[in-house]
Amino acid sequence: MPDKIVGNDFGPPKAGPKDGLQGGSPHKIVGNGFGPPKAGLHIEIDGKSHPVKAGENLLQAILSLGLDLPYFCWHPAMGSVGACRQCGVIQFKDANDAQGRVVMACMTPVAEGMRISLQGPDAKAFRAGILELLMTNHPHDCPVCEEGGECHLQDMTVMTGHTVRQYRGLKRTHRNQDLGPFINHEMNRCIACYRCVRYYQDYCGGDDLQVFASHNHVYFGRQEDGVLENEFSGNLVEVCPTGVFTDKTFSRHYSRKWDLQTAPSVCVHCGIGCNTSPGERYGSLRRIVNRYHGEINGYFLCDRGRFGYGFVNGPARLYQARSAETGPLDVSTAENRLRAMLEDAKGIVGIGSPRASLEANFALRERVGAERFHAGIGDAEHGCLRTLLDLVRNLPLHLVSLREAERADAVLILGEDPTQTAPRLALALRQAVRNRALAIADELGIPHWQDAAVREAAQAEKSPLFIASPAPTRLDDIAARTCRASPRTIARLGFAVAHGICPEAPAVMGLTPEHEALAAEIAQALTSAERPLIVAGTGCLSEDVLRAVGQIAAALAAARPGRATAVHFAVPECNSLGLALMDAQSLAHAAHTIESGEADTLLILENDLYRRADRTTVDALLTRARQVIVIDHTLHATAERAHLVLPAASFAETEGTLVSSEGRAQRFFAAMQPAGDSRDGWRWLGPWPCLDDLTRALADSLPVFQQITACAPGAAFRIAGQKIPRQPHRYSGRTAMLADIRIHEPKQPEDTDSALAFSMEGAANDHPPALNPFVWAPGWNSNQAVGKFQDEAGGHLSGGDPGIRLIGDGAGTGLPWSVPPETEASIADALRLVPLHHIFGSDETSMHSSAVAERAPHPYVALNPEDAARLGLAEGEEVELAPDVWLPVKCLPGLAAGIAGVPAGLPDLPVPVTAWQSWKPNKPGDETS
Amino acid sequence: MDKPLTRNIKSDGSTVTLAEYLASGGYEGLKKTLAEFAPLDVQQRVKDSGLRGRGGAGFPTGLKWSFVPMGEDAPRTKYLVVNGDEMEPGAFKDRLLLEGDPHQLIEGVVIAAYAIQANIAYVFLRGEYRLAAARLRQAIAEAEAQGLLGEGILGSGFSLDLRLHTSAGRYICGEETALLNSLEGKRANPRAKPPFPQVSGLFGKPTIVNNVETLCNLPHILRNGVEWYKGLSRTGEPGTKIYGVSGRVRSPGAWELPMGTTAREIIEEHAGGMRDGYRLKGYLPGGASTDFLLPEHLDIPMDYGSIGKAGSRLGTGTMILLDDKTCPVQMVLNLERFFAQESCGWCTPCRDGLPWTVSLLEGLIEGRGRPEDLATLERLCGLLGPGNTFCALAPGAMEPLQSALKYFRADFERYLQPQTTRGGMYA
Repeated sequence: MPDKIVGNDFGPPKAGPKDGLQGGSPHKIVGNGFGPPKAGLHIEIDGKSHPVKAGENLLQAILSLGLDLPYFCWHPAMGSVGACRQCGVIQFKDANDAQGRVVMACMTPVAEGMRISLQGPDAKAFRAGILELLMTNHPHDCPVCEEGGECHLQDMTVMTGHTVRQYRGLKRTHRNQDLGPFINHEMNRCIACYRCVRYYQDYCGGDDLQVFASHNHVYFGRQEDGVLENEFSGNLVEVCPTGVFTDKTFSRHYSRKWDLQTAPSVCVHCGIGCNTSPGERYGSLRRIVNRYHGEINGYFLCDRGRFGYGFVNGPARLYQARSAETGPLDVSTAENRLRAMLEDAKGIVGIGSPRASLEANFALRERVGAERFHAGIGDAEHGCLRTLLDLVRNLPLHLVSLREAERADAVLILGEDPTQTAPRLALALRQAVRNRALAIADELGIPHWQDAAVREAAQAEKSPLFIASPAPTRLDDIAARTCRASPRTIARLGFAVAHGICPEAPAVMGLTPEHEALAAEIAQALTSAERPLIVAGTGCLSEDVLRAVGQIAAALAAARPGRATAVHFAVPECNSLGLALMDAQSLAHAAHTIESGEADTLLILENDLYRRADRTTVDALLTRARQVIVIDHTLHATAERAHLVLPAASFAETEGTLVSSEGRAQRFFAAMQPAGDSRDGWRWLGPWPCLDDLTRALADSLPVFQQITACAPGAAFRIAGQKIPRQPHRYSGRTAMLADIRIHEPKQPEDTDSALAFSMEGAANDHPPALNPFVWAPGWNSNQAVGKFQDEAGGHLSGGDPGIRLIGDGAGTGLPWSVPPETEASIADALRLVPLHHIFGSDETSMHSSAVAERAPHPYVALNPEDAARLGLAEGEEVELAPDVWLPVKCLPGLAAGIAGVPAGLPDLPVPVTAWQSWKPNKPGDETS
Repeated sequence: MDKPLTRNIKSDGSTVTLAEYLASGGYEGLKKTLAEFAPLDVQQRVKDSGLRGRGGAGFPTGLKWSFVPMGEDAPRTKYLVVNGDEMEPGAFKDRLLLEGDPHQLIEGVVIAAYAIQANIAYVFLRGEYRLAAARLRQAIAEAEAQGLLGEGILGSGFSLDLRLHTSAGRYICGEETALLNSLEGKRANPRAKPPFPQVSGLFGKPTIVNNVETLCNLPHILRNGVEWYKGLSRTGEPGTKIYGVSGRVRSPGAWELPMGTTAREIIEEHAGGMRDGYRLKGYLPGGASTDFLLPEHLDIPMDYGSIGKAGSRLGTGTMILLDDKTCPVQMVLNLERFFAQESCGWCTPCRDGLPWTVSLLEGLIEGRGRPEDLATLERLCGLLGPGNTFCALAPGAMEPLQSALKYFRADFERYLQPQTTRGGMYA
């Protein structure tokens, strides 16, 4: 074991304690030269010298300087292809050349002393001419187009100065397609920038969005109507510079961007912690868009995160307190009832939630005491998270951000299907395998940004990605090798890899020759890589797999002295890791406390226990408890059995801190007032006047959270004495929107918990990144305005990417080598159950969105076709998974033998796979055991 | 007069068999090359010969080759690709060579592949050239059987696998990088340069794309030497050229003539002059994507430099004539329709500018023109010009239009007159 880790492969963690507190990002104004200082070259733009970074293209350099230059096909995450010709500038040969020639900025590398003109008449005329050509077929339907008001095409049209149409011909028209529940398709608006297919195919690996036909008939769509299959299709809404692809869920309750009240938020649908910007109008949440974070999500969200917001105003939303006996309660009665029940309690068991904030959980913990505070997750998951934290605390592990993951040049995934459990991570890994392509490009002298050329030169060459998982994954298409095995065997393979890397790590006995060879190949690839990365998580609920990751990490650190091993653990929920860091008790302990009579009252925060343990256990627990109190925003089976239900604010209506799987604490803010009588979960629980007091109390009482107060400026933060408005300065209808209810304009609600205001008045500029509700800059109304808030095009947010990393900085010094697990005993005629995760289906809250629910699978039991044949089961045949739970058999080629896959977390499948259970399939007529 | 390229071509249209080709001294150039010259020597000889690409751009062949990485460390596999996608309106010279003497091409291919040490070669053939495809397939089989293709050619250490690929039919496939994409099974969109195909070409490997006629020159240059080759020409640009004429002449066709033969000689002596009742009004010297020249230019030698100086391009050397009974506006519209249809749709100026051009010309002809339309057309010629577009298709498409606007402006303006006063100038 190494003694001291001095670094990791990805440089020092980007976010220090001061991040997010600095003054932030002035809007860069054309020509002010207010760019970040850069080492490198100088170029002359319209007679003025500017510093630029060597290796960039002109467009990147110009935008990074804060200057404006219109573009369409270029995207900071996808590089240049030179298709749209919109970013033309005049380049002069030398100091004497007065004429110059048009070059495309995106395709021209910067060079020392280069002279160009952005503003010369020829340059401007060229760009206006290109825009005019783009517009010949554009329908100009902005008033009825949902992109209107945040349309890059509108912005660029204004920027080029093209105002008068000379084209008098007919416009070409297309037939649109039904692309499923997420995305609208309106091809007539298309300006053929090719971004959609480049994003969908090249960036995401999708193949069901294509470009068809040629000349000005090019058509971007599917081969036939149908659901866009890729899990990241929603980003087309933001990738498309105009209104071809728009958010179908938003259409149902559409509002202009300028009429949305938004807040900086964090996605609550998995543990990655993507930054989002939820938008509200008329008291309901209308949509989610990406909020750029330079270390995490960058420009892209997954479809679960973008379209899973329906629960906030969904049919199961709790707006009112209610009592099991008397029905709905008003707020003061509810408060009194709560007080009385808690006073009457003979001991209270508090059950927290991995989908509630640190603050809400801490408020519960304070209310019930640390010994009576329980995590409210399944016991298997609880064990996994404890093991995971043990590794992170004690081994030289560096928990990588997604940006760092994208730089990995060899990746091993153990037991996880990231696309389903931590989707945005999967998209990052898809970029990581391109590092080989970038290396080939380097050899050939092709700049990384020259996207098509890099792909052409590299062809199918990829950095190695190894996947060992129970079932096929959505990254198999880019994997060098895949291995399908049970979690135990996956763990054994992992231990063998560790032994292959460092002979001191114990060898694994009895591996098959294939697994021996694979382990050796993986060990070789990880050892010879510059930036190896191990990805695992709680997906298959196996502590053995996690211990194997620890072993590999330790082995790599031993083989590469002084360097921590890069790891990312996928965790299921938005605050799984934060809750784990609070060292809460297990659910079994809660059951024991109630069972033994030590306590008679259950106080459950934002949790449906039926998702955490099997029905019998939960039924027993809820029956045994004399009083059950549930605080939540959504009605569920547990709340239905509670004596008192108190409505909580959803993430869109409250503030708090979440800890992502990167170990990054991030603050999210309310986009809107709590609906109905709901209030912040923690407000039901304690005496704290405002969130800052609670956050401070948490920071003071648990050392690991010491720095979380610095995640974002507190409620007292002001810019020139003003709060930050959640509404854009063009917000309309404020005085009229409630006129049908009452004639006078209500006072804007006060927000005592944050420096944000429910208002359009306030400080317009210089928002700290953690407090920036939306991006807008003069002339930039679309999300591409984010360029004005970055230190360089596609870089970090000016002022620092928000969040504070709490753990996983590679400081652990070591654990003794683990002993590899034995081969599992075979169980005659039985299979072992493993959870199979679904991006659409396995997450609780997103399934309240009809669009997401439409994409979810029906419950099934998956069997390897050979196992199914051996057991005499046919596709679609019903088998009994648990007493009275009958599910159809699904033959899943590629599923490891000897296991049965059950979809995790489906709402209509009340049997959570809680552990490594064995299961013997019963058919109708069989004697049930 | 020496006509090395077409010397074997039979007037009855039948092809030359391997036996006939060998009997006429065929594959001697290859034998000599493999026996006497190192690859870099071949490159140097071709460079010295001054051979320029016959596909239209006229880039020096030897220079093009010299950018291919050579030696032990060079990436493998390298490719040689034959551009046989002859789709330029008015061009049919490669067809003559492909159908008439396929072994000459094969010999040229082996020499070129040897020069750059490529071990796989593709012939990318226009899909409609079915006869050429059949004859080429036959010839490849004959050559393989005789050890002229395949492993260890003629007992040397050099191997070449030659494969025929017939195109699905897009004009843009004649653009060498679009051709490579098409050959890889992708959309036939051109690629950005740099990187050039010599560095990252077919399947990302070093690749040379040469035109059919270019390659057919090689056996003769290698066999007879540089001085002989230079002596074939009438001007400073060496070799012969296959010139073609289409339009209202007595006998349209293609003829191999010394480089630098004048258009007047080609039209009057070889094409038999204009048909009775027709006068020459202008001509596109190098095919559809070149600027018009006028009868006053007829005595300019048809070589790259001289035609360039006159404001047009030699292109493929297959000229299209405009006579005095044909409306130049309608002729240009016909061409622009072709180019608009054949745009791959990748870059804005070409994709959206050409249909606008067509729409303006149609409007003009149908009497819906406005005086400012001519200025718009001129503006489009600039906007779709060289450097502004992703590849050369749109600038080429603009060449006949911009020169027609210059030389035949009255014909455009006539359409702006009320129909009754326009007069019936053309049939």
